[in-house]
Amino acid sequence: MKPPVPAGEPRPQPPSGAGGSLAIETAGLTKRFRGGQVAVDRIDLAVPNGAVYGFLGPNGSGKTTTIRMLLGLIFATSGSVQVLGHLVPSRAARALPGVGALVEGPAFHPYLSGRANLARLDAADLSAYRGDSRRRISEALERVGLSAAAGKRYRNYSLGMRQRLGIAAALLQPRQLLMLDEPTNGLDPQGTREVRHLVAELARDGTTVFVSSHLLSEVEQMCSHVGVMRTGALVWQSSMADLAAQQKVRVTVETQDSVVAKGVLADLGLTEIAEDGASASAVLGARAPEQVVAALVAAGVGVRGFAVAKPALEEIFVQLTGEGFDVSG
Amino acid sequence: MSAAETRRMPAGAAGPLPRLGGRLLLSEIGMVMRRRRNQLILVTFAAIPIIIGTAVKLAAPSGSDAGALIGNITHNGIFVSFTALVVVIPIFLPMAVAVVVGETVAGEANLGTLRYLLVVPVGRTRLLVTKFLAVGFWCLATALTVAIAGLAIGFALFPRGKVTLLSGTETSMVGGLGRLSVVVGYAALMMLAIAAMGLFISTLTEVPIAAMAATLAVAITMQVLVAIPQLHAVHPWLISRYLLDFGDVLRDPLSFAGLTHGCLAALAYVGVFFSLAWARFTTKDVSS
Ligand SMILES: Nc1ncnc2c1ncn2[C@@H]1O[C@H](COP(=O)(O)OP(=O)(O)OP(=O)(O)O)[C@@H](O)[C@H]1O
Ligand SMILES: [Mg+2]
Repeated sequence: MKPPVPAGEPRPQPPSGAGGSLAIETAGLTKRFRGGQVAVDRIDLAVPNGAVYGFLGPNGSGKTTTIRMLLGLIFATSGSVQVLGHLVPSRAARALPGVGALVEGPAFHPYLSGRANLARLDAADLSAYRGDSRRRISEALERVGLSAAAGKRYRNYSLGMRQRLGIAAALLQPRQLLMLDEPTNGLDPQGTREVRHLVAELARDGTTVFVSSHLLSEVEQMCSHVGVMRTGALVWQSSMADLAAQQKVRVTVETQDSVVAKGVLADLGLTEIAEDGASASAVLGARAPEQVVAALVAAGVGVRGFAVAKPALEEIFVQLTGEGFDVSG
Repeated sequence: MSAAETRRMPAGAAGPLPRLGGRLLLSEIGMVMRRRRNQLILVTFAAIPIIIGTAVKLAAPSGSDAGALIGNITHNGIFVSFTALVVVIPIFLPMAVAVVVGETVAGEANLGTLRYLLVVPVGRTRLLVTKFLAVGFWCLATALTVAIAGLAIGFALFPRGKVTLLSGTETSMVGGLGRLSVVVGYAALMMLAIAAMGLFISTLTEVPIAAMAATLAVAITMQVLVAIPQLHAVHPWLISRYLLDFGDVLRDPLSFAGLTHGCLAALAYVGVFFSLAWARFTTKDVSS
């Protein structure tokens, strides 16, 4: 299936959030690495203020590279980036104090404790007020459930504890924008849920969250907007609601009279009808499910079961990014 | 943790000059000084004058014609410090500097902590300046350790009081200590020149050991070149040529002529190599 909004053509602008401006905006953002590989190819991101934006894409599709450019860590080959209204990298010093970030996993000094590592980052922050550094560090640790392990050396942390410390570092200050690159990587189910709650809580307070993830159910649950990358190109970007509107909802009737049912579905104008002797199914389109049931009953079809199924995000994702398992190098 | 509770300092470029931030510098110095390996280096450096002093004490005080400095030790303990400094400056101090400076940028890149410092944000220039200042502190700390350990053992084993200089004239104890501080400062500045080269090398790689080895290799190569008389034409350009040029400080009348040359050379090294490091670091993709 062709993606509803092919790359390169104008795509629907996500509805603007509070203030009407965008927290992240890129135009024609491109990164060509030495060696000629184009890791990010002319993408136009638009992340509204207040959104929880899920940034999806297969391995190697350019998500981390994009996030690095948004943070001024690597320099774009062409195109522009605005974060919180400031150009990056030229005005990164103004944009970044409002941004908390987790990029490609946590990284800390192995011989320092979790708390000492956070203290070091806090000391590096010119905008941080020294007097409440201790309190902010404790609060950040508490928020990610690390208070008990705060004094342990980082090298002795488990994978999930490290990930949590990385999130704590992003939360050292109140932020307007969080960029989280696979924040739930390595977390236990509780940790994953905690992160989801944390994101929801922060979003409720007005923080914009830009989160890359491979856990589609996760994204489905917490995101208001979604962007999908494929081999460096942004092949989809919309609000979750717009994405849902594009999804083909299928109704399935379980019945002995499947052939009759098939006729009824066809009369109603439904498309992509399938029938297998014990059931008939079709894409719902503009019809309401109750209309379908009423028509079936009126036609004397013995309805044993009736189901309305939305395809999971996973199916849409596969449609957008292809079935292939191999990464595109 | 609402925005209202948390006070924010004014944003970075508020004043006419960008702020450096003392907290970061202190934290960097703390990182260097708390590192077990670096503490061990300091202990080793403290041991060198102790070994020298003890050896001189044990060797009969007869008139063996050792070097001018070492021969003076039996007259005044302060010469243990001078002798030890002359011993450590050519190789040991550059080694200590290479180990620490190699880690500055490459070490953070290797751990991945560099990207998190940059998104704080620290600002690349500010981070580089801070790292270099912390290394400068380390240069001073190593030279001071040698000098202080030398004084301690020297005064424990040998006479103190009036200092007879190499020119044969006498100066007071305070005068002697003053001259020792000048030598310590000079040694630290020479090491800062080597550190500037190391800082540049450290921005070229993500492997700290490689940066350390390369810095040390450069320092040693320079020593070797200085030892080859046929190459005297290039000697003025090599920092190694100036490392021990503080002999005049130990003579009367006190002359800074030799020192000045060395200091200018060191400052030129710092200027050139810090600029190179800056040019490299502020334009480099941080993809570690
Ligand atoms: N420093 C680099 N030099 C050269 N190529 C790079 C570099 N960093 C990334 N790439 C390439 O850019 C492409 C995109 O990589 P990126 O890390 O952005 O993918 P990703 O979407 O984050 O993947 P994943 O889901 O596996 O994290 C990959 O093909 C990768 O090999
Ligand atoms: Mg990635």
